[in-house]
Amino acid sequence: MIQFVLLISRQGKVRLTKWYSPYTQKERSKVIRELSGVILTRGPKLCNFVEWRGHKVVYKRYASLYFCMGIDQEDNELEVLEIIHHYVEILDRYFGSVCELDLIFNFHKAYYALDELLIAGELQESSKKTVARLIAAQDSLVEAAKEQASSLSNIISQATK
Amino acid sequence: MNSFFSGTRLRDMIRAIRACKTAAEERAVVRKECAAIRTSINENDHDYRHRNLAKLMFIHMLGYPTHFGQMECLKLIASAGFPEKRIGYLGLMLLLDERQEVLMLVTNSLKQDLNHSNQYIVGLALCALGNICSAEMARDLAPEVERLLQFRDPNIRKKAALCSIRIIRKVPDLAENFINPAAALLKEKHHGVLITGIQLCTDLCKVSPEALEFLRKKHTEGLVRTLKDVVNSPYTPEYDIAGIADPFLHVRLLKLLRALGQGDADSSDAMNDILAQVATKTESNKNAGNAILYECVETIMSIEDNGGLRVLAINILGRFLSNRDNNIRYVALNMLMKAITVDAQAVQRHRATILECVKDSDASIRKRALELVYLLVNETNVKPLTKELIDYLEVSDQDFKGDLTAKICSIVEKFSPEKIWYIDQMLKVLAEAGNFVKDEVWHALIVVISNASDLHGYTVRALYKAFKTSSEQESLVRVAVWCIGEYGDMLMNNVGMLGIEDSVTVTDSDIVDVVEIAIKHHASDLTTKAMALIALLKLSSRFPSCSERIKDIIVHHKGSLVLELQQRSLEFNSIIDKHQNIRSTLVERMPILDEATFTTRRAGSLPAAVSTSGGASLNLPNGAVKPSTSLLVDLLDLSDDVPAAPSSSGGDFLQDLLGVDLSPAPTQSGTNQVQKAGTDVLLDLLSIGAHPVQSSSSTTDILSPIQNEKSPIATLDALLPSSSLSAQATSAKAAPMMDLLDGFSPSPSKPEDNGSVYPPLVAFESSSLRITFNLSKQPGNPQITIVLATFTNLTPNVFTDFIFQAAVPKFLQLHLDPASSNILPASGNGSITQNLRVTNNQHGKKSIVMRTRISYKINNKDTLEEAQINNFPRDL
Repeated sequence: MIQFVLLISRQGKVRLTKWYSPYTQKERSKVIRELSGVILTRGPKLCNFVEWRGHKVVYKRYASLYFCMGIDQEDNELEVLEIIHHYVEILDRYFGSVCELDLIFNFHKAYYALDELLIAGELQESSKKTVARLIAAQDSLVEAAKEQASSLSNIISQATK
Repeated sequence: MNSFFSGTRLRDMIRAIRACKTAAEERAVVRKECAAIRTSINENDHDYRHRNLAKLMFIHMLGYPTHFGQMECLKLIASAGFPEKRIGYLGLMLLLDERQEVLMLVTNSLKQDLNHSNQYIVGLALCALGNICSAEMARDLAPEVERLLQFRDPNIRKKAALCSIRIIRKVPDLAENFINPAAALLKEKHHGVLITGIQLCTDLCKVSPEALEFLRKKHTEGLVRTLKDVVNSPYTPEYDIAGIADPFLHVRLLKLLRALGQGDADSSDAMNDILAQVATKTESNKNAGNAILYECVETIMSIEDNGGLRVLAINILGRFLSNRDNNIRYVALNMLMKAITVDAQAVQRHRATILECVKDSDASIRKRALELVYLLVNETNVKPLTKELIDYLEVSDQDFKGDLTAKICSIVEKFSPEKIWYIDQMLKVLAEAGNFVKDEVWHALIVVISNASDLHGYTVRALYKAFKTSSEQESLVRVAVWCIGEYGDMLMNNVGMLGIEDSVTVTDSDIVDVVEIAIKHHASDLTTKAMALIALLKLSSRFPSCSERIKDIIVHHKGSLVLELQQRSLEFNSIIDKHQNIRSTLVERMPILDEATFTTRRAGSLPAAVSTSGGASLNLPNGAVKPSTSLLVDLLDLSDDVPAAPSSSGGDFLQDLLGVDLSPAPTQSGTNQVQKAGTDVLLDLLSIGAHPVQSSSSTTDILSPIQNEKSPIATLDALLPSSSLSAQATSAKAAPMMDLLDGFSPSPSKPEDNGSVYPPLVAFESSSLRITFNLSKQPGNPQITIVLATFTNLTPNVFTDFIFQAAVPKFLQLHLDPASSNILPASGNGSITQNLRVTNNQHGKKSIVMRTRISYKINNKDTLEEAQINNFPRDL
């Protein structure tokens, strides 16, 4: 099972955190702090797995962002690498050639995408198309609600003029 | 009205934060935003709630406290619209976790949303539940989730399946409700549902043997067929990764098949063909293919034996190991660790490659490889492998040396074919990485050296040479100093030369130089200095010509701020000055340390940690009553300013003295043997003019401030019984451990001063065993309950190896003292008693409960009894 997902920039800034097991706030910041120290300093040719304090972490760097997933000892490290890549492709498709800035200003959307991909630390969907479709459907629900709200407020403002 | 036209927008806040140049600026911006959000929350502002929470999530990600926003999540979740719920659930998952009480408030909203007519809202609720639900929520909402496993839309079914995984992980008892609906998912065509369904079944197999049995019987064939279909499926762009249709599905199917095939020949048989096909046909030039191969190999290794398949799997690993991709090599090493139990021979073939991996530039690979090498060592290859590892030790990174040293020491101790080799290897390790060596390792080395009487000369010369080059390695210095103290004369006269040695010319003052360097070195710690003082004392008798110089060095420490050193310095000085005539007898060599006792003690280091030795207290010249200890113990024991225990004091004293956590109940096996505490040379030496006192039991304070790890204690303590009595030693009467402890435990019949008294309680009774608890309270401390447990044997057979263990919920703290014995006489002819101290942090609110586990042997047959004790009086 995936214990946590972290997105860390090359400067060590956190861009996304998701914890599937209970960690206290203190443990969380400790994991983030120490893990980014370990991962950011690793050379480019080394393997994508680090073992650190009994955690096994699979990470992969995409441009300026490190995608990290903490996993159990018995999990398949190579498959987790595929899951990371799967997520990156989903983000890429959703934002249209995603960059770090997209994930900063639309961090909630990155979370929504992750929630369509993983639940309880397990993979939910292997089709990128399905994930994209589900996110789009929910986005349009939000848009519809927003339009309705603004047309309502227009009506009210006209009536009270 | 529209929230986007007033206040700062989310986007603006993020910009402002990003524009900050310093951390202080950032804090200021965040503080301002948080203040605005709080005001908005207090005004119960509906329009901005949505945006406030989004801001809070961003602030939370930066690591600032955001607990004040938790209730806002709940409000958003409770509102009717989808956008509010969506952000509310996201906030809930981000800002809260399962341990927060607030979470319970959301149960009702979740229940409503799980039954909502909008399937996306159902999806949100399932997602939140799957990610953060607690055990209570799992219980409350399991029926809803179970129903949703049959929902019409597949996207809800898959979410419900993963949610069910969380539920059965939290509450394994609920597993049986999920078996049938989960099995139904295995027949689905939708990949998402299939993947999650398979995962759910795998988890069910882990928690429920019935589920495993059921799935094995009814679904093995179906799963094999599904795997066959997906392996042979034509190109499907939707699921294709690197030419493979849905590798995720492959991996999950292989995982579930592994669970089903493990320990079951029939189902293993059913999957042989498809596993062979996956192992041979899968493309291995891309990561996705390798992920499948890796999973397939693990499944082959775990299911019931099929020679042909195993060869195939080992070959795949061999290929992996020679791959240029570090990831692949890493997983190969990982898998070879598991393969070693299946086919050690095959793994041995790759030894050379694995050994190369220990020297890899990648720390992750090095770590894996080292662990594998450790498993590969046996009697036949120990010498070359150790040589390789020690050679590498010289050039390895500092941060890898700790691991490497520990492994080498462990290998050498375990497989050493002869003593000289052992000593040689240990000296190399000490010289190279002595600072990384654990205390118990060099203690063990001293025991071995002491036993190898034909190698004393050789060892002390080797240590002398090693010291000259590596005097910065603390544990090398300690061993060298000890050996020089004991066998310094052999160093000078080249006694016991082995053929392989070059002779060295060392004068007595050279030898004293070495010890002087050790004692004066700024980095030497207390233990080393104390050991050096003893060595000097011994040398003063061995080399009379250096006596004056040694005296000067010793006297130098009489002003030491450390009491230990000061005392030693003064006492030794007086021996050199005033007791010339008996000095040589006093500082004779240490008697040979008993290896067998040491090893057994070390093996059971935990029990040994609480052992105490009964021995004679001796009156020292300075009037202090000093417990008797052997030389080594005394030498390392640097806090012996604790007076001997008056035997009237309670059991607590013993614990305080030992300072170790005594629970779980220590086994008695290693400790209740009658111990002969020998009076040691040093103490004899100090007790000149005094006479041995009565053999009142006393505790040895074997814990010293710098040695308070359990294992060293064991080591030190282990040396105790071994020191045989020296010629003029006063004989100490043996006091069995149990007597000693009995003396310490508060008597059950005597009520505590003014603590409340409770009637005895039969905590547990079976056909063979009865446990009675006598409860008492300490005056003025209502939280603490003292429980005296009495165990009575109701059968006609003696129980041996009797161990009582107990566990309590978090609000309680339990402290177990050692039991009076581990042998329970038959038919109630005697009993074992044991003291428990329970601290109730919620005294007055919750009463004590305890779960216990009692194990013992009847006629050498293991018996285990377990019980929950909840009939304690309510007000404890």
